[in-house]
Order: sequence, then structure tokens, then C-alpha cells
Amino acid sequence: MSQSKGRFGVHGGQYIPETLMNAVIELEKAYEHYKNDPDFNRELTDLLNNYAGRPSLLYYADKMTKDLGGAKIYLKREDLNHTGSHKINNVLGQALLAKKMGKTRLIAETGAGQHGVATATAAALMGMECVVFMGKEDTERQALNVYRMRLLGAEVIPVTSGTATLKDAVSEAMREWTTRIDDTHYCLGSVMGPHPFPTIVRDFQAVISRESRAQILEAEGRLPDAVLACVGGGSNAIGSFYHFIPDEGVRLIGCEAAGRGIDTFETAATVNTGRIGIFHGMKSYFCQDKYGQIAPVYSISAGLDYPGVGPEHAHLHDIGRAEYVPVTDDEAVNAFEYLSRTEGIIPAIESAHAVAHAIKLAPTMDKDKIIIITISGRGDKDCAAIARYRGEDIHE
Amino acid sequence: MSNIKDAFRNGKAFIPFITCGDPDLETTAKVVRAAAENGADLIELGIPFSDPTAEGPVIQGANIRALAGGITTDKIFDFVAELRRDVKIPLVFMTYANVVFSYDAERFMARCCETGVGGIILPDLPYEEKDEFSDIARRYGVDIISLIAPTSANRIAMIAKEATGFIYVVSSLGVTGTRSEITTNIGDIVKVIRENTDVPCAVGFGISKPEQAKKMAGLSDGAIVGSAIIKLLEQYGKDAAPYVGEYVKSMKEAVMEA
Repeated sequence: MSQSKGRFGVHGGQYIPETLMNAVIELEKAYEHYKNDPDFNRELTDLLNNYAGRPSLLYYADKMTKDLGGAKIYLKREDLNHTGSHKINNVLGQALLAKKMGKTRLIAETGAGQHGVATATAAALMGMECVVFMGKEDTERQALNVYRMRLLGAEVIPVTSGTATLKDAVSEAMREWTTRIDDTHYCLGSVMGPHPFPTIVRDFQAVISRESRAQILEAEGRLPDAVLACVGGGSNAIGSFYHFIPDEGVRLIGCEAAGRGIDTFETAATVNTGRIGIFHGMKSYFCQDKYGQIAPVYSISAGLDYPGVGPEHAHLHDIGRAEYVPVTDDEAVNAFEYLSRTEGIIPAIESAHAVAHAIKLAPTMDKDKIIIITISGRGDKDCAAIARYRGEDIHE
Repeated sequence: MSNIKDAFRNGKAFIPFITCGDPDLETTAKVVRAAAENGADLIELGIPFSDPTAEGPVIQGANIRALAGGITTDKIFDFVAELRRDVKIPLVFMTYANVVFSYDAERFMARCCETGVGGIILPDLPYEEKDEFSDIARRYGVDIISLIAPTSANRIAMIAKEATGFIYVVSSLGVTGTRSEITTNIGDIVKVIRENTDVPCAVGFGISKPEQAKKMAGLSDGAIVGSAIIKLLEQYGKDAAPYVGEYVKSMKEAVMEA
């Protein structure tokens, strides 16, 4: 059986057209070189701290803790980063790497638009050209982010193929990369795709748990009992989990978008409803039919509306190190409103999936237990869509 | 060992690509027969995939039409078994890794063997991942067709050395689709292939006109055409067979002049 590069158990690999093979090999070589290069790391740390605003806060949510009456709840505030989400962590790393490789143009896919905005931002900062592929349906439900990307100088290409959502944006970005490789880096936004992307993106996002582990030890003198994060492709989740993986007492809980429920076809809960397959360059779990046709998934959250999950998550699931729980649209919307009212923090609808699970979990735990929830992004972008969900038509 | 080499015994080969079930299998049967009768040396039968990342808009459209019509891998195997009563030329499948993986590779290759499909082209299965299916395929006499791209450079020799059936030389960067001009130096790629293997090689991606086919076949052992044929299906639907037949005839004549 195949055990090529970039495997996480049986998952991962490099299932891509021959046209791209030398590009990913070149990327891997460059990454292996620069990841241990002191100058590269100094430059990246400088960008993260002085441009993106790291380290992000680990905030004790006192009101939420008291209201739920169980475990102490901490929020890892990735929403406070420049551009409003965790996506900037990875993008600054990849853009810097691309620049070192002599690339002058970044292409990216985006779902909710957060990764697209982050990529457009890094491209503006570093003087690179930027093209973002976004499902047409997502350009409509995330119109504000489309405007932000254009404002930052990026070209946004609405993708009409397939379901016109995130998976189609990924497919289109891959197609574009095969067309133009020499000067172009594909700045993939999640821990997915062919090796080395799942590893590169994880390493750049691992800053989340590197900070939160130190921060919780500082605040509480001990490790948390559970770490919760939402999972689409899984970049903020893997970043939130990574430095806790060796700490066996810490439960790692990924919150998947169940859409209208995992017993319906309108779901994007890949680990809960999917099956092993090969797609978008990787072996992992995918929502698909018995013939391997990729399913048209659904979630209220454009950022989680993806039929696959990163290969490292698939492996963490296989070995039982992480749990993956489904959270419905309704639960997420309730959590979106709950966190806004209770803590004065409007979370991204993606992050609200993790908040929703915490609302269920915290009351079942003793008061001396500790939960960290990653708030992967801020929710301004979602206000119009949530208002619509509640039957209110507001104009941005 | 498959019968693919027979395709390269009638001079330069012309290889059309046809998506199974676009718009329905009756049409596919007529189109395949028309192609075979008019000189196609080998036919690539596409098993549709929901998200064909190596395809341009034309073949994406064929995949969507076929899947909307309810095509499945099982129906395609039954169809090929029926087709094999009178269509004797070599056939290969072109699809994506997940279609084979989900069907169960062993079962897939066994059915290829039963129905006389000699090879399979998987654009998302590069050299590094071919072990995923290659042992099983070999046991059933199915060749996994290797692809070589304009960017393959230092990889050409490695790929060519292990190639079986034929080698699919991708003419251009990007996805499938017709192109007005092919700028890659195909001759240089073929030269390296020849230094490493006797397996025949055919050029595809972007070829639509007889002059292009003649030129590409002149540099290799044959020409592969997909999108131009799918456009005829898009245009004429269920009545496409005679138009495809006529087109194949003109293309085969062109490659024979190479």
C-alpha cells in the first residue's frame, strides 16, 4: 500500500496532477530550509507580533463561566488578530516563504472570505499580485469580504462550477496553479491539499497552542481539561490542538458543521458522516456517495462548508486522540448570539460552532475544570447573514 | 500486459476521449462505434467525477451532464461489457483516483479485466502515489498510464522507466481544453522518454485541429483529443455520432500524414 510523503497514518499524500509535482517538491525543499532559518523566523515573528498583533489574548470568560455553572471557560482570541481571524498566521508565513522562493503572485481559495482577505492583506504588504477564487454563492453571502479583498488590491474571481462554494474555489485555484506555476504560489488556507501543505499550514497555525499552552499555565498553573475549536478543513483546530497533542489529559474536541443535522443531506460534518477517499490532493475523510462522487455539502457557515477534512485530523480521529462532534446551524446561531450578549464578543459563525459545543459541555464538568475555546475569527462579516437567518433583512 | 500496444501498430495513433453517459449511454455507444469505425486506434472512456480538477470547462460540462443523467461506475462497466461484443479496439478508462478507490481498487481492476479495458488514466495519481493501485492493476493486466507534463523536467526519465501501456504527454500547462497554440517543446520531452523506454507516447491537451494533431503525432506516436469531441456532443447531443465519426476520420488521416 502507498506510503508516500506527508502521511498522517494512512491519510495525506500527494494526489495531484504531474504538472504540479515539481512545484510542490520545490515548495517542500524551500520550507524545509527556511523553517529552521533564524532570519526567516525572526522576520516572521516580527510580522506576527508587530503587524498581526500577536500574541493573541487568552481571555477568561467570567460571565459565561458563571452563567453555564460548570468548567472555567477561556477564549483564545484569534478574532483580535489583524484582518480578524487566525488565517493571517498561516498567510504571513506562506507569503514570506513564497517571497523567499522568488514568487511574485499569490493565488488563494476562500470560503467565508477570511483567508482571502488575509492573503490579499499579505500580498499588499509584500508587494505581490493576488488573485482569490471564491464560490459565487459565498461572494453573495460574504459580500463585505469581497469588497475588502478588492480594496486591498486583489482580484476576486467568483467560481460558478459545482456547488459554487469552498470546494469549487479550491478546485479552481488548483486549476489556476497548473496554468501558471513559475511566478505563482498557491497560498492554501487550510491544513489540507497535497503534502507539504497540511504540514506547512499546521506549523504556521501552531502558534495558537504554543501561546495558549503557556498562557493557561501562567493563569492557572495547570493544563486545560479540554480544547475546543471549529473544524472545516481544520486549520484553526490543528493550530489550537497541536502543542496539546502530547498532553494526554487534555481532550481535543473539533466541532464540525452539521448544517441542518447529520441525519440530513444538508450537512458538512465530514468526520461524522463521511468516508475515506482521495480528493483535492489528499487521502482523508470526505462526504461522498458510494461511487466516490463528492457530496454537495451545506452549512450556514461558508468557512466550514467543505466536504473534506485535513488528513492530520482524520488521523487524530482514527487513533482516538481527538473527538469530532457535530454542531447544527441552529446551535451555532444561538451561540453566536449568546457570546455577543454574554461577553460582548461577536464571534465568527464558524467559531460559534465551538462556542455552541462548549455551552453543552461546560455545565457537565466540575467547576475546577478548564475549557479553552478558540474564537478563530470575529463575526462582523456574518451579521447580515445571521439577521437574515432570523428573518430580518438588513443592508450592509 | 494489456492490448494497448495494438493501438500503435497502424502507424501513428489517433486517440479520442469520450465521457460515458454524456448525455446518455445510448449516445455514448453510438459515438464510440462511430469513432472506432472511422479509424480511432484506442478510445479513452471517461468515468465522470463530480469535481474533475484537471479538466477545463468543456469536459467539466460533460461530467456534469453525465452525472445529472444518473451515470454510475457500475452502469459504465455493464455498458463496456455490452460494447465489447463488437468493439475490438483497445479501450482505457480516464477518471479520478477517488472513483477507483471508492469502488474498491481490486473490484475495479477485476471488472476492467473482465470487460477488456486495458488501462486507466488517473490525472490525480502522480508517480509518487501510483503504488496506491499499481500492484493490483498489474495482477489484472491493467496498465496505469503515466502522465508526463511540460514541468516534469528531471522527472521524465524516472516516470518513463516504469511506464506501461503508453505514456500520456501533456502538451501544455493548465487544464484540458482546446488551445490555438502549443508552445511546449514536445520533441525534447519525447527524446528523453525514448532514451528510457520503448513504451509508445501520445500527446494530449489542447489539440483540436488536424494540423495540430499531425504536428504532435509527428513528434510522438499519436495524438489524443478530448475537448474538441466533447464540444460536438455539447452541440449535437444525441445526434452527435456521425459528426464525431467524420471528425475522427479527418484526425486519423491527419496523424497518418505525420
